[in-house]
Amino acid sequence: MGITRRLMMGLSFAATMAVGVFGANMPAFAWEPVKPIDFVIMAGAGGGADQIARFIQSVAEKHKMSPRPLVPNNKGGGSGAEALIALKGASDPDHTILVTLNSFFTTPLRQPNLGIDIQTFTPVQMMGVDPFVLWVHKDSGITTFEDWVAKVKADDGNYVMGGTGKGQEDSIVVAWMEKNYGLKIKYIPYKGGGAVAKDLAGQQIMASVNNPSEAKGFFEAGDVVPLIAFSDERLPNLPDTRTVKELGKDFSYYNQRAVVGAPGMVDDAAAFYQDLFTKIYNTSEWQDYMKSESLEPLPMDPGQQKAYWATQVERHKELFKEMGE
Amino acid sequence: MMEILGHLADGFLLSLQPLNLMLIIIGVTLGLFIGAMPGLGSVNGVAILLPITFLVPPASAIIFLAAIYYGAMYGGAISSITLGIPGASTAVATTFDGRPLAMKGRASLALVTAAIASFVGGTVSNVLFTAFAPPLATVALNFGPPEIFALMLLAFATFVGLGGDDIPKTIFSICFGLVLAAVGFDEISGEPRLVFFGISGFLHGINFLVLAIGVYGIGEMLWTLDSTRGKITSTAATFSVKGVVEDAKEGMRRGWKGTAIGSLLGFFVGILPAAGATPGSLMSYGVAKMVARKPQEFGQGHPSGVAAPEAANNSASTGAMLPMLTLGIPGSPTTAILLGGMVIWGLTPGPRLFTDQTEFVWGLIGSFYISNFFALLINLAFIPLFIWMLRMPFTILAPMIFVLSVVGGYAATQDMHDVWLMLFFGLGAFFLRKLDYPLAPAVLAIVLGPIAEPTLRQSLLLSSGDATIFITRPIAGPITIIAIILILLPVFQLIRKKMKGDKAPAEMS
Amino acid sequence: MRRAEIITAGVLALLSIYMMWKSTDLDVGYISGEGPGGGAWPFWLAAVMLVCTGVIAVNWARRTSPPSQSTEPLLDSYGIRMLVLVGGGITGFIALTHIISMYGAMFVFLIYYLRVMGQHTWRLTMAIATLTPAIFFYFFEALMRITLPKGMRFLDPIFNALSALIY
Repeated sequence: MGITRRLMMGLSFAATMAVGVFGANMPAFAWEPVKPIDFVIMAGAGGGADQIARFIQSVAEKHKMSPRPLVPNNKGGGSGAEALIALKGASDPDHTILVTLNSFFTTPLRQPNLGIDIQTFTPVQMMGVDPFVLWVHKDSGITTFEDWVAKVKADDGNYVMGGTGKGQEDSIVVAWMEKNYGLKIKYIPYKGGGAVAKDLAGQQIMASVNNPSEAKGFFEAGDVVPLIAFSDERLPNLPDTRTVKELGKDFSYYNQRAVVGAPGMVDDAAAFYQDLFTKIYNTSEWQDYMKSESLEPLPMDPGQQKAYWATQVERHKELFKEMGE
Repeated sequence: MMEILGHLADGFLLSLQPLNLMLIIIGVTLGLFIGAMPGLGSVNGVAILLPITFLVPPASAIIFLAAIYYGAMYGGAISSITLGIPGASTAVATTFDGRPLAMKGRASLALVTAAIASFVGGTVSNVLFTAFAPPLATVALNFGPPEIFALMLLAFATFVGLGGDDIPKTIFSICFGLVLAAVGFDEISGEPRLVFFGISGFLHGINFLVLAIGVYGIGEMLWTLDSTRGKITSTAATFSVKGVVEDAKEGMRRGWKGTAIGSLLGFFVGILPAAGATPGSLMSYGVAKMVARKPQEFGQGHPSGVAAPEAANNSASTGAMLPMLTLGIPGSPTTAILLGGMVIWGLTPGPRLFTDQTEFVWGLIGSFYISNFFALLINLAFIPLFIWMLRMPFTILAPMIFVLSVVGGYAATQDMHDVWLMLFFGLGAFFLRKLDYPLAPAVLAIVLGPIAEPTLRQSLLLSSGDATIFITRPIAGPITIIAIILILLPVFQLIRKKMKGDKAPAEMS
Repeated sequence: MRRAEIITAGVLALLSIYMMWKSTDLDVGYISGEGPGGGAWPFWLAAVMLVCTGVIAVNWARRTSPPSQSTEPLLDSYGIRMLVLVGGGITGFIALTHIISMYGAMFVFLIYYLRVMGQHTWRLTMAIATLTPAIFFYFFEALMRITLPKGMRFLDPIFNALSALIY
């Protein structure tokens, strides 16, 4: 009954706030976009990364933050290889930016023949990191991670999990569990995290490693149960779910939600985008979105972002080596 | 039940408010043109207009988006019929009979039939949706990879009769489409695959539209220019109000069976998250042809052949809302974007949406009914415009179709590589068409292939490589068996014909 | 058309072999306990394509398919002229897109087709050739927020000015 009105009020409040904060005194920049900005998305239409990108675009549009629109352009081919190639060869790097996932690190590692050096890309803004959680169906009767480990061991290779594919973020977590707990899991690749969550709810698979945002609807309905989180701290939305760190394992894994610019972007343009996405980051819409979708903040300045990329590349190299790839 | 009707009435009233009604009319009109543009479909309309909807309250915004969605579904038929290019994968089957009707000067019959069938399909599925949404959601969850694969097998089976007379060429065409569907990336092993000559444009795979626009927009056009010796000046499309009424009667009389099949089949296939509207419309066409008294009339311009896929794609697109609203799972790329929109408005799609946010859900469903009705009216109102377009001299219509093809080929993936590929397919299709290679099977295969292959392999992973999984599962089993029987049917008929043929060799066909 | 039938079958056979060869980058066999490998689906389907071209060739030799009986040429002089003028026109259109943008190429192609091929009056030709890109520009760039190719960078000032106009 009251939902639409409440929402309306919320939105109009947010709008007034935004006009007050941003509308009144827009600082003049040395550089401003003169044509539509090619907003490349490293994933296909409809997935988690796509939703975030379109959310960001909508927020920018709503507050009229950019003199030229961000035009979403899905390039998910080859685990994001297509997007990286497109950015590397962008005809106008000053008007080309990219929404990234961890495939920003893993794809150049797995496909070295692409010749992509991510250190040449331009850091823009870290919008947040998305944690991973292990889920099972409520009818399985499993409520603790220890029970789950015992069950997987008992099934001896016949325990079925779904995920988004070998080398993808969730498969890295699964491979880590296999190695550290001596498990053997049958892993079925799906097209996206949403399809995985749905097939878990329909009991086509027995467990999944999904972002909280993907499993949220089924969790709230009580269909799926979280067993363990792969985050540094307990997640505010899942306060009763322990982390692997509490079990004494030094491991956490997040999917990054960051915006980067094409290689060769001029400094003034980079400054414009860094400012634009900082503004978007600070809107109440984005802050609310992070909260409701369990994204964690990881604020970094551009220099720190570049250093972060380097450590992530090293980290994934090690993870892949451990997985025997 | 009374409670539901009460909510629905509220929904109607909500969508009949002046602001919302205006949004419905604008949305449907916009959607109609977006859908009619080859290369653009409801997914573009919804994606692009999402940010604009921030200007209005959330309930109105989602009504606006639903209107665009409906408009685009109606619009898809327009390019299929008038230009012969399926503007979206859901409208492929509409070209099979819609285009021949237009070439015979009966474009108005085809357009009117498509509009009415769409309306009926949309309404039937709205009613089914209203009555059974939550229980049907459970059905959708029971469809795992083996069930979806069995369904794809069934979709192929309904199309066995669709090829030409030349069996090796038909099989070649199907396999060609299926191989093209595998280009780009192997979901299961996570490796790039079939990246021909190392060209990076193949990494994102071959979009169905690239092949469809190439075959129909360029190949078929060249073939028409060649076979008519350029004497074709314009198609003899006529239009009069009286004619439309007559066409409506004829369309209903000859197309009711297709409409009925499409409405029901489309809905049930549409609610399955992995399937969506395209297999629904293809299967409906196949089934309508199978049960027709004179199946040989299909493909020559039978109203039922227009009605079945159109009823189905509208019905399925409403059906596709079901997994989105009840499970939070997108049934199609468009609903995926709508889903994103709902998140932006602070709504959590999922099993609790129906119970927690009844006003929103029923407001949306109410707006489906209203949007569907207005889509019918607006569509009928625009028919004279489309007929007028068809009456243009061919030397104006042809270059316009080529321009639309090139732009559409680009808009689908925003990659010039695909435009060149489309030209390549178009020129190839021209020669193959001359040599009696049927190409519709290739287009169907490239649509169904990306669903069929991963589900086949996921199923085999589930069963540790044991193929009996398709027979032993309670839902997949019967579907697989029906599909196999349907596929083998023509073989039996062939054998019977052969045996008969031996007895009466003098019989002429 | 008889010669064209066997040449086409040959070209398609080569295409099938190329696809089969390309599929072998991934496992084309049946992995026990997992089902078919990553290359199996395209490999075996391409193999069926190859067999089909073989059957088409047999039908050609036995003269059982209509094109293999036909004595007409695949393309007569009219057909060749049409293909060069129309097919060449579209090829030119796409090639020009890289240089003078989708909109510019559209303008040139429409003038070519309407005036040269269609023999329409200059007035009609120019009206359609200028209006079409203008409508497309507004529809795609402003309304749909889909950017079509803008050609080489020397056109930037023009399009930037147009952008300033519509946003």
